Amino acid sequence: MILSMPDLLSAAPEMLVLVMACVVLMFEAYAVRGQADTAAAVARPRVAGYVLTLATLLAAAGLTAFTASGVTATAFSGMFVDDALADLLKLMTYFAGIAAAIYSRQYLADRALMRGEYFALLLFAVLGMMVMISASHLLTLYLGLELLSLALYAMVALRRDDAVAVEAAMKYFVLGALASGLLLYGMSMLYGLTGTLELGKMAAILAGGVDEPVVLAFGLVFVVAGLGFKLGAAPFHMWVPDIYHGAPTAVTLFIGSAPKLAAFAFVIRLLADGLQPAHGDWQQMLAVMAVLSLAVGNLAAIMQTNIKRMLAYSTIAHMGFLLLGVMTGEVNGYSAALFYVVTYVIMSLGAFGLILHLARAGFEADALDDYKGLNRRAPWLAALMAILMLSMAGLPPFVGFYAKLTVLQALVGAGWIWLAVVAVLFSLVGAYYYLRVVKRLYFDTPHSLEPVTATPGDARMLLSVNGLAVLALGLLPQPLLSLCLQAMRLTYG
Amino acid sequence: MIGLNHYLVLGSVLFALSVLGIFLNRKNLIVLLMAIELMLLAVNINFIAFSHFLNDTAGQIFVFFILTVAAAESAIGLAILVVLFRVRRSINVDDLDSLKG
Repeated sequence: MILSMPDLLSAAPEMLVLVMACVVLMFEAYAVRGQADTAAAVARPRVAGYVLTLATLLAAAGLTAFTASGVTATAFSGMFVDDALADLLKLMTYFAGIAAAIYSRQYLADRALMRGEYFALLLFAVLGMMVMISASHLLTLYLGLELLSLALYAMVALRRDDAVAVEAAMKYFVLGALASGLLLYGMSMLYGLTGTLELGKMAAILAGGVDEPVVLAFGLVFVVAGLGFKLGAAPFHMWVPDIYHGAPTAVTLFIGSAPKLAAFAFVIRLLADGLQPAHGDWQQMLAVMAVLSLAVGNLAAIMQTNIKRMLAYSTIAHMGFLLLGVMTGEVNGYSAALFYVVTYVIMSLGAFGLILHLARAGFEADALDDYKGLNRRAPWLAALMAILMLSMAGLPPFVGFYAKLTVLQALVGAGWIWLAVVAVLFSLVGAYYYLRVVKRLYFDTPHSLEPVTATPGDARMLLSVNGLAVLALGLLPQPLLSLCLQAMRLTYG
Repeated sequence: MIGLNHYLVLGSVLFALSVLGIFLNRKNLIVLLMAIELMLLAVNINFIAFSHFLNDTAGQIFVFFILTVAAAESAIGLAILVVLFRVRRSINVDDLDSLKG
């Protein structure tokens, strides 16, 4: 095997992020040497990591956009693939990383966490996601997934003195490791059955028929269970509310956004690239998981009093919708799921960004009651929150409506009418708890009328852009929809 | 003669033991970390057995990567465990109950 230049070129954004993550880590390790180890020195914000992270993600976005050609190129002996789907998902991942860094800055500075660690871990997590998105081999899929997961475990535990955050990190670690184990066990079965780890070859061998359909089903069960854990779909969802609740909000924002793109890529690469011939087998498992996720997510969210927990259950429900799109096993369904996950990430960034925006030193703004009468204290923020909640509920003219509509269209097109009906019914139940937040914003009396204190202008501006994007994409969904369809057609057409 | 099936049965027994260890153990978090290690080793047995009987080295290379990742994983797991012990003064699984909803 000889590494040629084109190989390296298609992985250039990954290499850039890797080098810069190490630079941020080293900078943090050496720049603070010789400084007094006093409480004041520890609490002082160190912005170098922040600036480097933003610059890296912008440069990586430039590289990816510059090299995007729509042509599928494989590299590293078929382990790495650079196609239209990968470019689109990577660009969204950079955007989510940039937004997470900007939203989190003030929150981290208030809690003496504004240091290189957070940003180095963020870059490593982004690198893991990029590897997952571009994987075309079980080994690259696994390594990308672990790189992402290990960085996230450490990020959750970043507030070392907070008992709740550390407990959440431990639970995340144990359940994440269990999921990896299940996934690996399934992968070993698939390897034994097909004799290859390359997803393309695996599909070709499976298409020729297998002698042992029982082993295939056995392997599939484990692989799908592992995927369900990583996505946070019921019945493997129990970690999601605890981790969203326990982690520092800045980390929750990150976990709730970009990794969903990578998890989608993971599902598509594994099921559509490698296991498409076994479609009939995994379709039913995904259908069961999707219905359970819709039920658990939408019903349990009603009882929550903590907005982070409520959004966690809403994530579970949204993942159910995503699985419905993938389940169809057709390009239309895949592109509907892609559109769904991209818009979900935009909405999730906005919602958690708003929680971060309202949080102050010593005040987390994570109880639903903290949002009572926000309209009287900060009308613009209340309007943004209302837009995001209505969009998540799937009301027109916001983008969440089109996301749900395209998935439903794909479902009906594939002949799954009863599933579409179930999805609509649970979405109606779900609308209740989103509307309850909107009611609090506008019709309840606030605990105090003190105005929301001024926060950094850039975060506020990005939040406005984010909220308005949800509205603008809802009014004009066609460009993004056709982009998603085109990316999927170029990749799987 | 020991065949592929024997290895697969061994792998599945070890895997089942480790999953049981994760769910039944209510006492000690370190035992939980050991169960996670055991689970990865069970997978390794599967990969090596398949690799040997398929005459394909890719499976064995996968095992090297799993071992490396397992080392990194237990480093992070133990680090979280130490931090947890510092703030809670306990590594009992039943004490991890402040997040319930």
